[in-house]
Parts: sequence; structure tokens; C-alpha cells
Amino acid sequence: MRRVVLSALLLAATPAFANSNLPPAPLANTQLSNPAQEAKAQALMVTLRCLVCQGQSIADSDAEMAGDMRALVRERIRAGEQPAAIRDWLVARYGDYVTYDPPFRLLTAPLWIAPLVLIGFGVWFARGSFRRRRG
Amino acid sequence: MTAEAGLAALWFAATLAAMQLALAALGVRRLLAAQEGRGLTADLLGAVRPIAIVQGALAAVAMALLIAVFVRSDMSVLLVAENSHSEKPLLYKFAGAWGNHEGSMLLWVTILGLAGGAVAIFERTLPRVTLIATLGAQAAIALGFYAFLLFVSNPFARIDPAPLDGQGLNPLLQDPGLAFHPPTLYIGYVGISVAFSFAVGALIARDVGPAFARAMRPWVLGAWIFLTLGITAGSYWAYYELGWGGWWFWDPVENASLMPWLAATALLHSVTVLATRDGLRAWTVMLAVVAFSMSMIGTFLVRSGILTSVHAFAVDPSRGTFILALLVLYIGGALALFAARIGTVRAGNTFDPVSREGALVANNLLLSVILGVVLIGTLYPIVAAGFGVQLSVGPPFFDKAAGPVALLLVVAMAAGPLLRWRRDDARVLVVRMAPPIAAFGVVLVAVLLLGGGVALLPLLGIALAAALAVASVAPLWGRNLLRVPLFTWGMVVAHLGIAVSLAGMASESAFTRATLVAARVGEPQRVGPYTVTLDGIAPTIGPNWSALEAHLSARRGSGTVIQLRPQSRFFTSPVTVTSESAIATVLDGQLYTVLGQADGQGRVQLRLWWKPFVTLIWLGGALVAIGGALSLIGRLRRERRARRRTGDEEAWA
Amino acid sequence: MRLWLPLAVFVAMLVIIAVALYRPADRTVYSAMVGKRLPDFTVPALLPGKPGLASVAFADGKPKLLNIFASWCVPCAAEAPQLMTLKAAGVPIEGVAIRDTPEAMHDFLARGGDPYVAIGDDKTSAVQLAIGSSGVPESFLIAGDGTILLQHVGDIRSDDVPAILAKLKASK
Repeated sequence: MRRVVLSALLLAATPAFANSNLPPAPLANTQLSNPAQEAKAQALMVTLRCLVCQGQSIADSDAEMAGDMRALVRERIRAGEQPAAIRDWLVARYGDYVTYDPPFRLLTAPLWIAPLVLIGFGVWFARGSFRRRRG
Repeated sequence: MTAEAGLAALWFAATLAAMQLALAALGVRRLLAAQEGRGLTADLLGAVRPIAIVQGALAAVAMALLIAVFVRSDMSVLLVAENSHSEKPLLYKFAGAWGNHEGSMLLWVTILGLAGGAVAIFERTLPRVTLIATLGAQAAIALGFYAFLLFVSNPFARIDPAPLDGQGLNPLLQDPGLAFHPPTLYIGYVGISVAFSFAVGALIARDVGPAFARAMRPWVLGAWIFLTLGITAGSYWAYYELGWGGWWFWDPVENASLMPWLAATALLHSVTVLATRDGLRAWTVMLAVVAFSMSMIGTFLVRSGILTSVHAFAVDPSRGTFILALLVLYIGGALALFAARIGTVRAGNTFDPVSREGALVANNLLLSVILGVVLIGTLYPIVAAGFGVQLSVGPPFFDKAAGPVALLLVVAMAAGPLLRWRRDDARVLVVRMAPPIAAFGVVLVAVLLLGGGVALLPLLGIALAAALAVASVAPLWGRNLLRVPLFTWGMVVAHLGIAVSLAGMASESAFTRATLVAARVGEPQRVGPYTVTLDGIAPTIGPNWSALEAHLSARRGSGTVIQLRPQSRFFTSPVTVTSESAIATVLDGQLYTVLGQADGQGRVQLRLWWKPFVTLIWLGGALVAIGGALSLIGRLRRERRARRRTGDEEAWA
Repeated sequence: MRLWLPLAVFVAMLVIIAVALYRPADRTVYSAMVGKRLPDFTVPALLPGKPGLASVAFADGKPKLLNIFASWCVPCAAEAPQLMTLKAAGVPIEGVAIRDTPEAMHDFLARGGDPYVAIGDDKTSAVQLAIGSSGVPESFLIAGDGTILLQHVGDIRSDDVPAILAKLKASK
């Protein structure tokens, strides 16, 4: 069907067919009472990808699974776990796909080094524009 | 009949484009071979302009007919049946014509044709051979897209038997944003194609100099203004529509619109250097090619199905292949032409590293780096997936990789206008920069002391925004404001707009407060300085939807009470639930409220945000566009005055 | 010479994009836990007559099928016959119901048959997240020592059954 598909939000916004109709997990849509912990949780949630959406973080999605993932993150932060450890736990289960912050590995090294390479290359390229300074 | 007429108009336009290309090619070849500019050659060349004008008009007719078919809800046209519905409000029937792949492609081609026609009508200063080469390049581009439309994406295809009613327009698109955002963006993309055509024309005619730059500049400025407006509007639309308070997601389709903008920004700075100082020739031509390449790559990414995105059109890979072929043809051809010809163009003037040209080279460089980072970040997951590795690249990468470079660029933006052309002294520059540096220091300390724990990037962002704001008005100091040229005002306002926008982005990032809560009626909730109370939930109805509406009262200290009505809307065709946020804009920020689900225990989910100074983001964007417009008008007026003066002299001579 | 660099870069990019376009990426998110030990979990019973589920049940030496499903999931109803076939072939099937209610489950089992030894009640997708599952239905073949052998995403079709049985036999 060729129509503009903004279907992530359609899927996320509780369509009638693929939904349990049960209320979301307790911490899916409620903040932690400790603001510092909530800030840590929020900072982590915006970097985790919703697995059933089309390109959204779990912080920005209405999908049920995203809600469950938010609840998981908040519970663990409340229990004192470090955000990095939670992310690693999820990456161990879903691969690098689940994190929007690609870890620095051999495979992603070109990605992270790119800005420096580009700057270096650009400086070299631009040198020809300048006039030679005399003495 | 209307649809067939539209299709016929499209075929005629395509045929004319082919003629335009053929005649331009023949004519230019003869002129360059130093044959007489009379007789057959003159006839060939003389025909190109009118053909370009009629081609544009015919494409516009085709678009008008498509819109007519949508407005009439003619369900025998496949596109209407798939994307529209008779009960849709008129505005969305109209705008829905381009809210799909085929219709938006036709809009693209229409604007392309009209722009070509405008070049043919208004361009009088360029040497004939360059102009004809430009119109020929324009026809070549148009031809590729006409072929795409006619053979692979026919907007006027019929469906038999015609359904009783259509499948409706996606409710997320039923918003005034749809009427505004795509056309402005497309005018931007297409305007860049005109700049590309100029660059190709100049390369073919070996005429890369100030005259060519002066001819190209209004088109670059015009396209850039529309791109700025389109991106700003898109960002605001996403912000209030998607319901989570974000305004930029580094989504691949957003990046696809940002990359041409970055290239166009670099181009518009380069083209002024070329026009006034005859420098940066290779940069200017290259950037024109890159800008158009980016807009084509963007088109390709969005329509080929290669991307996963909230924004992507649902398409099949066969379309992707076609656009890929067009990409190879145009960009590969232009880059090959560049490599072959740019060496024979006489080198422009050179300059010292510490000079305004030097700052502009730094500007080009940094913008290109950001462009490269965004391009690599957007393509990386696709490339990795092709090799079997699944990974995601999102805001954390882009913020960390492009953010610092952007801040460096802000520094260059502050210093640039304060530098002299050709050669300047670094020490004198530092003295001139004293006020901006002081502003930076003061704001940095103030935020550190009063802000209460702000991350590094937003902190630098706010301080640099202050410095840039001071630096952008610096060129006005000590001058008679009434005698400052309009295009200088343009530069001041545009740079100020960037500073304002940056301040908004940093403030939103640093100071947003959120409250997510399951609220009961009558229970007050705090968010930022506001106390929000849920007064009740009531059903309500609209033209093609029904909704549950929450009545919220918000109050700040002892101020007046603000009423907010966020809704949860239910559409029937197609069946969807969307949430409409309710936003209250006050002087120092926005209160953003969203209604979620009820939990069956008398409570309902509420999402509340207090976003200080967030409106500055889009206000800044609007300022940037206004600055561009001032620049454009200023340049056009100056050129007209100059032409009149030389005209007078000729008359006297 | 460096003037030809932009064209070279463009061609390189094009090749990469073309490769990606013609080798369409599988958008399914697979679990990264395949080959690893099944993580510990315990979920209570959903229905009165059926026991709940704990991960220790998977380390008793006999390979089993772990089926993640729900009564509100349409493809789960479609795979019910295949699960009954597997049960008849002697495969122990343990179920974990995601966000389900006893009444709805009761109706679901009455319609499609009950192949499950146990059905765990997972109201917060905890088991799903723990084993790297991202939707329903998904089935995991667990070896006798608790290692995850294979993940089948989506409903089990009739032509998938022989492969599952073969893998099961190979692991014994």
C-alpha cells in the first residue's frame, strides 16, 4: 500500500490489533521519586532503541514493550545499578541494535574517528586556497 | 478526464524538457566551437528560453489537475483512493495531493519546471552560452524526474472499479504542517538544483567567475531561505505533534533535509566571496554540486525503502533503483565534469589565513565536516546491515560527533564578520573580539553559579550563543544605521538568529523539567514553576474524529490560571489513535501537556513538561530566514541600481 | 590528481549503497543470547490448573521448547496446530504468556488446544527482555543443559516443524 507510513506512532499509539489492553508496568509511565535517579534513568532511556518501533527511543514511544523497557530501566536504577551496566545487559540480549550510542569497537571505529579524519582531510584540502606567506 | 489531462500535460512537459536539452546541447556546442552566433545557432538558442517557460507552465498544470482530482475526491484515481477520503477537511484534501510519494514527486518536478522557467525569464546578465548551458542542465535534471514519474510513479493511474471511498490520510499528517512543510522544503531542494545547473553550465562554458556567482547567488539565497523555513517548520511540527517534547531526533529523513541545508549554507557564503573577491572558485562550484547531491541522496534515502524511519515513504526498491540511476548520472557526471574542467579555470585570488576569506574557508570546512559526520552516521547502519551487522546510530553519536564541531563553527561565525578581507592581524582581531569574549565569560560563570548542574555541551552552547549574539551585531557599531546596506543587515540578523536558536536549544537541553504521573481529578501536580490540576475528562468531537479531552488548569505562583486541553483522538479511516498535545506559550518558555491512557482506577496518565526558552529555537530559525530575505533583497536592489547606473552611462556615451 | 577525489569518494559511497540496497537487511531483531545459557527467571502460574515456570526446569537434561506467546496475539492462534503437532511428537513445551489474563488465556486454549506443560504469567515482559525476545510469538529451543540452541521468530509454520524436530534430536 503506497501511502505515507508514519506507522511507528500508529503502532505505538495502541492500535486495536496487537495490544494486550493491560495497564502498563508500574514504572513505565511514572517517574522515580529521587530526581537524580530519574535524571539518570531518563538520560539512559533516550539512548535505548524501541525494538518494535520504526526508529524511536524507548523514552519517546507509546509501544507496550517500550513501556516495559522503561520500567526495567527505572527499577534497576532505583536498585542502584549503573546505567552503563543496564545498557550492557540489554546489549548482551539484543546486540548493538538496542543502543543508539554505538560502542567503540573495531566495527564502529570508522564511525567515531570520522570527524577527526574529516577535519584533517579538510585542512589539507584547504591549504591550497591560502597564499604563500613571504618570509 | 481530469486525470488524463494531467497525464497528458506531464507528457508534453517531458517532451519539451527533452527538446530543451537537445537544443541547448546543440547550441552550446556550436557556440563553444566558436561558430557564428547567428543563423541556425541563434535560432536554436533563441528557442531554449520559451521552451523552458512553457515546460514549467505545463508541469504546473499537471500539478493543478492532480490537486483538483484530490479536492473533488475522485476515487477512480488510484492515488486518491489510497490516500484520501471524502470526509477529510478541504485543507487536507488539497495538501494531501502531495502527502504521498507520487504527488510529492510531481510537486518536485513542478517547482523544478517553474524555477527553470523563472531563470529563463529573469536572467539577463549572464553571457548567453552560460545561460543556455544552465537551462540545458536544468532540462537534463527535469528529464530524469519526468521519466521517473511517467514510467515508475504515475500519479494519475486509474483504478477500476473505483472504490466507494478512500483509505484516508494518515491522521498524523492531518495538520496545517502538511500544507506548509513539504512545499517549502521542495522549493528549497529545487532551488538548489538551479544552483547546480548554474555550476554545471559554468563548468561547460568555462566561465567560473564573479558574473556567474552574481547570477547564481539569488537562487542559492532563495533556496536556502526556503530550506531554513522548511526545516524549522518541520521541527516545530514534529515537536507539537509527536507528543514527547522532542524537536530533533537525528532521524535519517531529518538528516536528509539537514545535509542539503549545511551544503547550501556553505555555498551561499562561498558564492559571495566569488562574487565580490573572485576567490574560492573551486569551493563554490564543488559546494553547488555537493548541495544538489545531498538533496538527491535525501530523495533517494527517503523513497527507496532502505531506511527505517517514522518519516519514510512506504515504497519499493524498484523506485530506489531508478533514483539511484539518476543519482549516478547527475552527480557522477557533475563530479567528472568538475575534475575535467576546474583545472582549466583560471585560479582565483588568494588570501592570508587570517582574513575574512580565511574565516569563510574555515566556515566551509567546518560545515563540510558536520555534513560528512551526519552523512556517515546516517548511512552507517545501512552499510552495516548490508554486511549482516545490526547496529543503531542515533542522537548520542550525532550530539557527540557534530556538536563540538558546530560550536567551533559558532566561534568562526563570531570572528568572521570582524575580520578584514584579504589580510588581517590576529592580535587586532582579538581586541575586536573583546566584547563577545567578555559576554562568553560572564554568561558561562552566571550559568555555572545559578544554573545548578548543567552538562558541558549545553553550557558551552549558552555561553557561545551570548558571545555570538554580541559578535553578530558588532559590525553595526559606530555606523550610521540608516546607511548600512540591507545585505549587511541580513548578515547581522541571520547570525543573530543562529545565536537565538542555539540559546533555545541549549536552554531546552539543560533546563527542561518533566513530570510523568498517573493523576486523579483534583490532585495538583508540579512541573517546573507550574502547578497543574486535572479538572476532568470530557468527550468531544471533530470533523472526522472523536476524542477524550482533559481539562487542565495550570498556574504559576499566584499568576493567572491557564487552561489546557490535551486530547486523545480516535480516527476511523484509517483506524488510529493519536494524542494531541496542548501547549501554553509564555514569555520565558512553554508548558507542554499530553494526555495518556486511563488506568482503570480513576487515574489517567499525564505527561507534563516545562521547557524554558524552547520557542527561541524556532524563533531563531525564523530570524535566520528573515536575514536571508534581507540579504536577497539587498543584493537584488544593489544589482538593479548598478545596472541602471551602467545603463545610464551607456546611454550618455 | 586530488580533483578526482570527490568523484572517487562518490563512487565508493554509491557502491556501498548499492550493496545495501540489493542485499536487503533483515529487519527482525534477533536475540543475542542464542548459544548462551538460559538466564535465571521465575514466573508465577497464570491459570489455576497449570504450574508456573522457572528457568531451573530447563536444566534437567531434556531439551524443551520455550514458547513466548499471548492470547491477544493473532499469529499465536495460527501456530497452535503446529505446537500441538510438536507436543504429539514428544516435545515438552513450556509457555510464557506476556501481559495476559486468566480468562482470555482460558478461551485461547479452549480454541486452539493446550500443548503446554506449564504457563508462566509475565505481566511486565521480564522474561522476554531477559532472553532477548522482542515480540510474540517467539520460540526458543533449549538444550538439556539449559543452553539456548535456536530462536524462531514469528509463528511456527508447518514447514518449520521438521527442522525443529531435527535440531531437537541432534541435541539429545
